[in-house]
Amino acid sequence: MEITTRSLWTLVHGMGFGALYLLACSGALALLYLRFSADAQTHSLPAQDRFLGIYLTAMAALAWLTVLSGTYIIYPWYRAAAPAGTTNLAAFPRALLLSHPATKQWHLIGMEWKEHVAWLVPIAITMAAFIAITYSRDLKTYPQLRYALHGFVITSLLAASIAGFFGAMLDKNAPVDGGPTIQLVQGE
Amino acid sequence: MSTQVAVTQENVSTVTNGSGAAAILSAGVGSFAVALFAITADKSAFVKDLFVFYRPTGALSGETTVAVLLWLATWAILHWLWRKRDISLPRINVIALALLGLSLLLTFPPVGDLF
Repeated sequence: MEITTRSLWTLVHGMGFGALYLLACSGALALLYLRFSADAQTHSLPAQDRFLGIYLTAMAALAWLTVLSGTYIIYPWYRAAAPAGTTNLAAFPRALLLSHPATKQWHLIGMEWKEHVAWLVPIAITMAAFIAITYSRDLKTYPQLRYALHGFVITSLLAASIAGFFGAMLDKNAPVDGGPTIQLVQGE
Repeated sequence: MSTQVAVTQENVSTVTNGSGAAAILSAGVGSFAVALFAITADKSAFVKDLFVFYRPTGALSGETTVAVLLWLATWAILHWLWRKRDISLPRINVIALALLGLSLLLTFPPVGDLF
């Protein structure tokens, strides 16, 4: 059982940072609802406020790791130009997708959208973490800050879902693969 | 006992909302900048070349780096201007969320290609 370094990085980017971010988003929305529901507002503890700030900060770190690994590690492998005359495009995912009418739009719409929309996520969630930490208990007295917090977390979930969906579909149609092989389990 | 103290203190807010407003509006501006730079680079070969900060990643490196720098600069300036003030948050929220929504829409290639 073996895996190439490029596949491993794709896994770390998509299944590690990205998928974990999406999971964390649902947790954040549940946490925000529980934290600011009418009943919770009269029985809240400082520890809960601190936890929300730490949770959103961890999400922001995940979001930055996702876009930075995607943009600067995986994307260069994806968009590498194939030398003239190359017939096997397996090592050049972008060229491979563009070479077939049936897969062309995965790049033209999927990757073109994913590579930009993903960058809205760290911006939105960093802002949310800042608000949660800075205002902590005062969020109860500023409903408009809470609305913004909810709005930006929901939008970050939407943007991350778009990026995640297209990331998975792109990797299904033209996987980023190659580089040195890592042996995970020795065959008999 | 500690819960009672916390509940009593929670209605007395001594901070202004200016820092929050600065963070919210600048996040909207930063998001919109990502979409704006993506469209601009797509329409102009000259701008596209300018945005190539790291060749293996192409123009995406410059588009996102400049957008992030613009976001942070906007945040720093607004924070400095508003940190001791109370700002009309409903208006800031509408503008920021509209910019964020537009960014989602404009980064969608068929929409971005309309310009």
